[in-house]
Amino acid sequence: MIYLDHNATTPLAPEVLEAMGPYLTGQFGNPSSYYQLGREARAAVERARGQVAALLGSRPEEIIFTGGGTEADNLALRGVLQAAGSGAGHIITCLTEHHAVLETCGDLQRRGVEVTQLAVDASGRVDPDDLRRAIRPDTALVSVMAANNETGVIQPLDQIAAVTRQAGVPLHTDAVQAAGKIQLDVDGMGVDLLSLSAHKIYGPKGMGALYARAGTPLAAVLTGGHQESQRRAGTENVAGIAGLAAALSRAEAQREAEGERQAALRDHMESALQKRLEGVHVNGDAAARVPNTSSLSFEAVDGESVILHLDLRGICAATGSACTTGDPEPSHVLLAMGLDPHRAQGAIRLSLGCDTSSEDVDTTVDALVEVVPRLRAISTLS
Amino acid sequence: MDWTERLTEKLDSLLGRKAEAAAPEAQPQMSGPVLHYTEQVIDHFSNPRNVGEMDPDEADGVALVGDPLCGDQMELWIKVDKGRISQVRFKSYGCPGAIATSSMATDLASGSRLEEALRLTDDDVVNALGGIPENKRHCSLLGIRALRAAIANYLRKSGPSALQQLASDL
Repeated sequence: MIYLDHNATTPLAPEVLEAMGPYLTGQFGNPSSYYQLGREARAAVERARGQVAALLGSRPEEIIFTGGGTEADNLALRGVLQAAGSGAGHIITCLTEHHAVLETCGDLQRRGVEVTQLAVDASGRVDPDDLRRAIRPDTALVSVMAANNETGVIQPLDQIAAVTRQAGVPLHTDAVQAAGKIQLDVDGMGVDLLSLSAHKIYGPKGMGALYARAGTPLAAVLTGGHQESQRRAGTENVAGIAGLAAALSRAEAQREAEGERQAALRDHMESALQKRLEGVHVNGDAAARVPNTSSLSFEAVDGESVILHLDLRGICAATGSACTTGDPEPSHVLLAMGLDPHRAQGAIRLSLGCDTSSEDVDTTVDALVEVVPRLRAISTLS
Repeated sequence: MDWTERLTEKLDSLLGRKAEAAAPEAQPQMSGPVLHYTEQVIDHFSNPRNVGEMDPDEADGVALVGDPLCGDQMELWIKVDKGRISQVRFKSYGCPGAIATSSMATDLASGSRLEEALRLTDDDVVNALGGIPENKRHCSLLGIRALRAAIANYLRKSGPSALQQLASDL
């Protein structure tokens, strides 16, 4: 099997499982318990918090552990809007965000919050001037992702942060796809809230974190306990927390070397495909992208037909986004970038990882060079 | 051996080597999106039958139909000999469900009499494929629509006698 869907999820790294091991076995205490076993669990949670904070350049008390990236996004958006005051308010996001942000904005909208979705350019980037014009006196939050899950395109967060800083509006970024791929330094990035997910960086599923800068008003979304300084109720997932810290440490230690290696493989794959096949487009390639992600459109063929052919050859790949399996609508990200619906429908996503070899990439290129012409031979569009 | 020792040993085995393959379980109720195609769908997708085109003067009937929802398209050509579809060819742009149902529709129609072909339904195509996922059902509608449209095109081109023949056969 060749696994090229690391933006969907990644395998657990052995050292991450090792870090989690004690808390899945003997060290099963509740961090809130009085006795030694509980205190040991508390120490593990706080050790992990310190590690994550150090890696983000933040203070430990600014890290809130959550049950995943989606929950971190929910806490950021709902928590800030709720803390901002009763009823309405205004939130600004962009058209290419992950559904965790877009659908949460949609829900907030039904509850009276006004939502502005910024358009993006042909590469999927927000124009900071558009953001400046969209900010209003009642804007409570701006949420713009660090890197896109489908295309890997990196948003100009430094320019976006300059605008939000000047306006005094908190800035949230969904950094789920950026972690381990670009440097996450909350002060350097100028963000006030940042979402992370463990399973995209060789950690466990169902584990995430939200960085919330000290002083950022944030109401709890989950109630029922005093954990995480009253900001996220529920007994801490001690093993998951240890796993997230280990995964982020590991990802950061390997970031530069792996980034270089994966970018070289990805670029080789894209140029080989464009050399050997007609009508191949790399979506978002005019912008800076994270090193592992490639969104490819093949003219006159449907993306799902391509990935089923790859699946039958033991290669795991995605269409626009794994979340939309079974959804006939083409990717909202590619449509927002102005792709015509057929080109959006023809898109597949290949996302490389630490376990991807150059043989894997060559085998995948060969498979695509075989199956795309086969589909074109029966296509009404060619 | 107590609980924690057993757990630790299990974890060690996970760390050291791959866990033994678990026995296959019964399919549970799906709570999230999942696409499962039958063997027949995979077969018709991988090796579609009757693929090709016909020249305009070679075809007795032709149709181009599309699904505006997902952009799928199918073009279908038929040759008719003594009230029977003697040859059928198609091309299709779309998802695996669209390709497989297009192929199966032509397979069912090939060699059949016009009145039999007109009685074919979307359900016949889906059943012949052993079913298709619910959210892919709309893709299965192109094959029969294209077939009926191609027959209608043939009838329009061949005049009242063909229509009378068909009416009496029906």
